[in-house]
Formats: sequence, C-alpha cells, structure tokens
Amino acid sequence: MKIVVCLKHVPDTEAKIKIGPDGKSPDLAGVKMIISPYDEYALEEALLLKDKDAGTEVVVLSGGDEGVAASLRQALAVGADRAIRVDAPSLAGADALARARALAEALREVGADLIFTGKTGVGDDEGQVGPMLGELLDLPHVGAAFALSVEGRRFVAHRGIEGAVEVVEGNLPAVIAWDKGDHPPRYASLKGIMAAKKKPLDVRASSAAAAPAVARESLELPPPRPAGRILPGDAAESARELARLLREEAKVI
Amino acid sequence: MGGILVLLERRGGDPKGSSLQVLSTARKLAEGTGDAVTAIAFGAGASASAAVAGAHGATKLLAVEDPALDLYVPEVFAATLAEAARTTGADTILGPGTSLGRDVLARAAARLSTGLLSDLVEIERGAGGALRGKRPVYSGKAYAWAKVPEARPAMATLRPNVFPAVASGAAPAEVIPTAPAGVTPRCKVVRLETSPAQELDVAEASIVVSGGRGLRAPEHFSLVRDLAQALGGAVGASRAVVDAGWIPHAHQVGQTGKVVSPSLYVACGISGAIQHLAGMSSSKVIVAINKDPDAPIFKAATYGIVGDVFEVVPKLTEEIRKIRADA
Repeated sequence: MKIVVCLKHVPDTEAKIKIGPDGKSPDLAGVKMIISPYDEYALEEALLLKDKDAGTEVVVLSGGDEGVAASLRQALAVGADRAIRVDAPSLAGADALARARALAEALREVGADLIFTGKTGVGDDEGQVGPMLGELLDLPHVGAAFALSVEGRRFVAHRGIEGAVEVVEGNLPAVIAWDKGDHPPRYASLKGIMAAKKKPLDVRASSAAAAPAVARESLELPPPRPAGRILPGDAAESARELARLLREEAKVI
Repeated sequence: MGGILVLLERRGGDPKGSSLQVLSTARKLAEGTGDAVTAIAFGAGASASAAVAGAHGATKLLAVEDPALDLYVPEVFAATLAEAARTTGADTILGPGTSLGRDVLARAAARLSTGLLSDLVEIERGAGGALRGKRPVYSGKAYAWAKVPEARPAMATLRPNVFPAVASGAAPAEVIPTAPAGVTPRCKVVRLETSPAQELDVAEASIVVSGGRGLRAPEHFSLVRDLAQALGGAVGASRAVVDAGWIPHAHQVGQTGKVVSPSLYVACGISGAIQHLAGMSSSKVIVAINKDPDAPIFKAATYGIVGDVFEVVPKLTEEIRKIRADA
C-alpha cells in the first residue's frame, strides 16, 4: 500500500503573531516553523500502518520554497520513506484551492491508496485542502477523522462532529484529513535522523499556477481586552460576588 | 439572476440553530438588492423545514428528500449543492461553520473552482455577489480580512453563535422538490454515535466551563462538570489535561483544539498558555479562578478570583444554583 501524507509548514503554535510590513501577512522573522500539528498526527497514523505492514510505502509531500524541506527532512527522520517538494514559492500567498491544485497535480503523478493530511493547517485554520483534494482527484474524503481501520479495499473512519461521532465507511483510494487521534506523534531517533539524510527528497515544478480566487486584504491583531478586576475576599465571599456580577453587571447568566 | 443559496443543516429532523443564523444573515445581505434567498436541505422530511426556513429569510427551499441523505454523504452533498448554485443562478453560497458545513462547502468550492472564506465573524456582500469578510487566523491570535473579488459563486461559512438568528412572521418558503446530483458516492456516514450524556459541544455552547492542571487529578473534573451543569454550559479543558488523558480531545479548547467564543467562559485551574488564550479570548465575559496571581489567564479575565479551585469552584456552583432556584 502507498500512503502519501501532505504536510504544511506553519509557524510554531507557541509563537506570538506580529503583523508584517505589508499589513496582510504575519512577520515570521525569528519564528520557528513546524509541521502543522494535525499533519503530524496524519503522519503518525501512516507510520503506524507501515509498522503493521512493512510493504507499505509512506511518501511525504509539501508545497513551498526551500524552507519546507526542513519539515520534510523531519518527516523522513521519523520514518517516512521518501519526500517530494512541489517547488512553488507562490504557494505561500495562495488560497486553499491553489494549494490543493498544486498538491493534486503531484498526487496524480505519484499515485496513492491513501492520501492523508491534517484536518486543518494551523494558522490559516480553514480546513479546506482535504475536502478539495477529494474533489480534485475524484476520490472520496473524510474530514477530521480521529480513527481509521482498513480492511482490504474498504475503510471505516470515525469523525468527531458537534456532540457526536460519525462512523464513515468507504472504498480506497481515499483522502483522509486527520484530527487528533489516540496516537501521539513519535520522535526522531538519532539513527532516524542519520538515515533521513540518505532518503530521497525530490523537487518537482508546479504548473498549477492559477490566480487565487481568495485575496487577503489585511491582517489585524484582536483588540486588547478591557482590564478585568480581581474580586477580593475569601472563597465564599468572592464566589458570591462573582455570581452577582455575572447576573447583574455582565448579564450572562 | 443572482441570489444567495444557503445550506440548511439538519440534525434529527430540525434545522440547526447555526444554519438559522446563516439564513438570517443572508436575508440581511440580500435586503434592498432584490436578490432571492434560497435554502437547500437534505434528507427525508427536508420539506418540513419550509416554515422555519421561511421565517428566517428563505423564499424558496430546495428539498432533497432522500432517506439515503439523512446522514452526511460528502460527494453527493457537495455535487448537489454545486448543481443547485447553477440552477438557481446564485452568485453567493453560504453555510454554517460547523463540521458538516465547512466540509461540504470546501468540496463544493473545488467543484465550482471558486473561492471560499471559512469561519467568518463579519461579512459584507457587494454588487454582483462579491464577498468580503473577517475571520480569525492563528486560532484567534489575529484576524484576517479577505475577499472573493471575481470568482462566482463566492462562498463563505459563518462561525456559529456570532450572527443572530432572527425569526419574522414571513410565510413558509416555497418547497421545490430537488433530486440529488447523479454521482455514486464511494463513502458515506453509516451511523451517528452520540454519547449517552448528550454532552453539549464546547464550540456550540453559549457558556463553557473549562478545567486545567490546577485540578490536580482527573477525578476532580467533577467540580468543573458540576459548575457547567449548574450554568447549563459545556465542559472544556486545557491541552495539558487532554494530553494527560483526563478527558477526551473533543473538550480541548485552544490552538490544537476548538476555538470558542461563548458569552461566558470560566477557566478553573488553567494558567493560560498562549495556545489556550488563542482559543478562548474572544469570549464575551471571561472568569479566571487560579491560585497563582501571576497566571497569564488573569490578563484575559473580566473577573478573576485568586484562590484555591477546590474551595472557590464548589462555592460558585452553590451560588449559581441559588440564583437559578430564585429565578
């Protein structure tokens, strides 16, 4: 079985966001870039399938400039077999559809039984690329799966929705966009890091250079919250005062 | 031609509140333009939503009455939605920013080769259906304004509980029976598993009570649950306690969990890491209860109590119950 995991290179979730000089993108100077956490869960699930079946090949795919190679190397170090970087610096400012098209173009060529990605790339927080890959590649997709079992050419996935879980059944090949599941991502061993240096990292050009349909106009920081107040007194007094304030002043209960 | 097509999501037969918020917003956006607002609903009994759809702003309801679509079938929902946009000539498609809405509109956007603005908290619609909107990015650490200037239909999902649902005395929507698109789905939802407790989801609740490491052990989460129950709210959690296995990931609030903006957020024993603050700082009123006066959570708090969660939270639950009993 061949599994391709699509990875996105994003600012560390610990990072403070500053507005860049163009007023519409973040200032990433000095910000550590990481594999988007949901993509890491997706990679871990792919590696678990490989652990069970040594015949499984795990390919990692990402689009962007040379910066993303660091994330691809990291994925190779934890166990992916090979990596492909779609060399398209323009993808940085592209919308989800343009990014999905660039990935789909590469995926058509590579072929896969399963295409994994995170349910959303943290940062843009759109969650569009997974379902779009399904449509562009004419494959079924499951968005936000937290569990998957594969039996021959059939799969069963569990997907969390508001207050319930959807049980989804379908056929391979399929696109699965991963939520956080039961398996924390593994760390790279020293051996893995050394081995990654010898694994192939191919660079391919993208011809999918359509003008984005969505245009970012500006980026702004949330307004500062008005200063709050600390309620005095012991536990009983402060709790009583808080309940009164919530009802009479804030009017939220 | 022109007009707005709205995805009306149903669960257990009835349209969800988040979809009625979208319909009301669509009516407002269409006001004075002469554009029609058309709703589309899937599954057996879809036409029964005509009255509520009409009251919230739809003049027509495309009822895709097929019991095979009671549960979500991504390929069929997306293809039918795209086809409905063509037949109605809609230049705008709106849907709820829910698990289903975000998923189906993304797939439909690829099918229509158009632009989709996800999870908007503000929306404007210009001449010819150009959409412009504001959306949280980096889990609420920043907001982006974006637009779909040319591609049509322009699409957007709206974040739940941000836009009001307003019912009027308008007539029921005219029901137009609609056949599903002729695609053979290769995956579908075969069943829905609901937790026996029918727990309220943090992303949909108007009150959220969250617990963190200050609770010291998983069994103490009952303090948080009791307060949530007294307030009629949902139970949330910090990443630390989810990673420790105290409570499932569905409850996690923050950058790798859910981003919430309830009217009241109560943080119990949560210090306020940047990822957590990103996920809840757009809440209207924030209460922080923590024994460390220097905890970053107090910077975001409307009201803070510096004290032991084991003393303060039960007292607060008691006070809320008293108020609720008097009301």
